[in-house]
Amino acid sequence: MKKIDSTFWNMLWSLTLITAVAGGLLGYTHRLTEEPIARATKAGREKAIQEVIPEYDNSPIDEQQTIVVRNEYGETPTIVYPAQKEGRLSGAAVECSNNTGYSGEIRIIVGFNADGSIKDYRVLKHEETPGLGAKMNEWFRSEKNDQNILGKSPAKNKLQVKQEAGEVDAITAATITSKAFLGAVRTAYEAYIETTKGENHE
Amino acid sequence: MNKTKILLNGLIKENPTFVLLLGMCPTLGTTTSASGGLGMGLSTLFVLICSNVAISMAKNIIPDKVRIPAFIVIIATFVTILQLCMQAYLPDLYETLGLFIPLIVVNCILLGRAEAFAAKHTPGDAFFDGLGIGLGFTVALTLLGCVREFLGTGHIFGLPVYPEEYGSLIFILAPGAFIALGFLIAIIHTIKTR
Repeated sequence: MKKIDSTFWNMLWSLTLITAVAGGLLGYTHRLTEEPIARATKAGREKAIQEVIPEYDNSPIDEQQTIVVRNEYGETPTIVYPAQKEGRLSGAAVECSNNTGYSGEIRIIVGFNADGSIKDYRVLKHEETPGLGAKMNEWFRSEKNDQNILGKSPAKNKLQVKQEAGEVDAITAATITSKAFLGAVRTAYEAYIETTKGENHE
Repeated sequence: MNKTKILLNGLIKENPTFVLLLGMCPTLGTTTSASGGLGMGLSTLFVLICSNVAISMAKNIIPDKVRIPAFIVIIATFVTILQLCMQAYLPDLYETLGLFIPLIVVNCILLGRAEAFAAKHTPGDAFFDGLGIGLGFTVALTLLGCVREFLGTGHIFGLPVYPEEYGSLIFILAPGAFIALGFLIAIIHTIKTR
């Protein structure tokens, strides 16, 4: 077959054909992958929740609540996943974000015990510098010096970096990241307190 | 044309990273770890083979004046298919490579091979060209990833070799990428010209 000439009609039908085939292929792939993608996203979220909250026998993901926290960072929408054991609140996982980091959004999930102390946390998404700020997923759980925040409660402990007269050691060479991370932790705590208030009224 | 020759041409003689210096953005961006480099290399390999074969098959129905938009549409289609599949079945890898997958569309290696090779050869030859260039890119990225991860964190593919404290952070950051790449090119050039 000889190559077709660049006449107007040839260009028109050629590009139309190519884009139509491409569109069809993409539509088909989208239909095929839509469900697995939703499942993978949900599984990832569920795994993170399971890792950070105390024992539960309810379904935190189905009982999630969205709460908007207003503090020094403006309005932050957070998602609270309550954990219940035998009908009583045993803690919660709170997903929230902070935009004051070194680059882009830091999104974390923090698990609280019923008394408000931090059970565990996971960093879900961040764009901090690799090797510096990116260490936050390990740094704040390490027992070295005053790095550890697990077991502490934002109500009793001042969870701010030492440079701001707090009691937590910032990540070496990544103070801005540390401030933003701890900011997100405090925001999460405020959201948690907000939900427990609701629980008491019931 | 000899298939082995086409394959080796992409892998060694015209290695996209070490010889042609094409596609520097993903090269420097994803090679902070060996596994990141390998993942990016394999993703590009997949898209390159698909787009090369498709373009080679469609070359006679694409008029010369609109060949660039036609090539881009074909490449973008395969990239999006890859992105959707990766999100669905390899969410962990997708998380590490994230932003760089859609950027494969504008990787000049793909358009370059489409224009310089696929549009002039049979689908069979185009397949082997895609395989050769893709493997060359994968090997280069994995090698660079290994060097940077080793010097920066003391790990290779996530396995510790020496304690992390002795690693020099610069190799994880962008300047280290340029330094490591420069030295690798120098070493490979010396070996080749011997």
